[in-house]
Amino acid sequence: MESHTLRARMHRQHPHWWRGDRLANARCMSDSISSASGTERSAPVRPGLGELFVSFVKVALSGFGGALPWARRMIVERKKWMTAQEFNEAFALSQFLPGPNVVNFSVVFGARFGGAAGAAAAFFGLMLPPLCIVVVLAALYARYGDLAALGRILSGVTCAAVGLLIAVVAKMALPLFAKRLDWAPLIAIVAFIGVAILRWPLPYVFLGLAPVSIALAWMRS
Amino acid sequence: MHSVLATLAGYFATLSLFAIGGANAAIPDMQRFIVDVMHWMTAKQFTDSYAIAQMSPGPNVIIVALIGYHVAGLAGAAVATASMVGPSCVLAFVVSRVWERFRQARWRIAVQNGLVPLSLGLISASAFVIARTTDHNIAAAAVTAVTAVVAYMTRLNPLWLFAAGGIAGFAGLV
Repeated sequence: MESHTLRARMHRQHPHWWRGDRLANARCMSDSISSASGTERSAPVRPGLGELFVSFVKVALSGFGGALPWARRMIVERKKWMTAQEFNEAFALSQFLPGPNVVNFSVVFGARFGGAAGAAAAFFGLMLPPLCIVVVLAALYARYGDLAALGRILSGVTCAAVGLLIAVVAKMALPLFAKRLDWAPLIAIVAFIGVAILRWPLPYVFLGLAPVSIALAWMRS
Repeated sequence: MHSVLATLAGYFATLSLFAIGGANAAIPDMQRFIVDVMHWMTAKQFTDSYAIAQMSPGPNVIIVALIGYHVAGLAGAAVATASMVGPSCVLAFVVSRVWERFRQARWRIAVQNGLVPLSLGLISASAFVIARTTDHNIAAAAVTAVTAVVAYMTRLNPLWLFAAGGIAGFAGLV
């Protein structure tokens, strides 16, 4: 029964699921067989609200330096709630939307499995624990932030954090050059100059550049 | 106090809808507004907040809670966080409902490809803006460079890199 409703749902949400991902297809087949024979290795189940919340609490608390790899591990590898391809597509959507990617992802993922309530469960699971921790840290910083030793340590950490950012930039830039989007570096450089050097407000830079960049992407597509 | 909270809410709610590439893309604008325009924090306090947010578990966007707390206490932390994630989450929810319909649409692919270089420029700007406050000498630049190379080449947990940076800082090198 479970696998029938699942198939109906997948047909609704991904009309082409059955030819898109052979692995998922094979898994669905084997699951329908095993559930028919009564074995308890059921199809990728629909997580309940509580499970969504708890899972995202775990992602939030293990995700130092970005929660994405942990979200992927839990959803694709451990719980098998999504195939790798479904995960990538949901994440691509989260990246293309404004706002923090992982937070967007929690909403997109939660909404797929539990509508608005699911989105809220995943979102609060992801946000509440880190928020509590960071408020405690903020209070400690307000009290001890003037200590010279703490200031020095944080300066050192910031230097390392900048290094991490540079690594992120390098990883993002490589596929751009590989794809030969020759206008792309120009857009990136103009955005950089506008925001970092001229210190224009982000909304202006965005509204000025995004239409140009999208139009160029359109012409090359 | 109310006007401070209202300013925080209005600012972060707007920023939320333009932060393509996540919190890291919004850092330069936050620094511009919080430090340069409103003078709510010094540049050092801002980069300290960035470091604390990086070391905390969870999404990096949590830096807005640190800023909000610094500006207006607990209420500030709550208002800043809710404003920064609220509008983009509502948008994500709405778009996720119609996304499948446009999976193969040409405009969708153009939008996606068009936004990548923009967020690349914004994240580079973050690195630049933070480095300008913090990388004042050769040792500091060396910490940044080594971290960049190690983070690029390996999948080492970033906490080790932060620890190394923190030790260098504590020793008075940076």
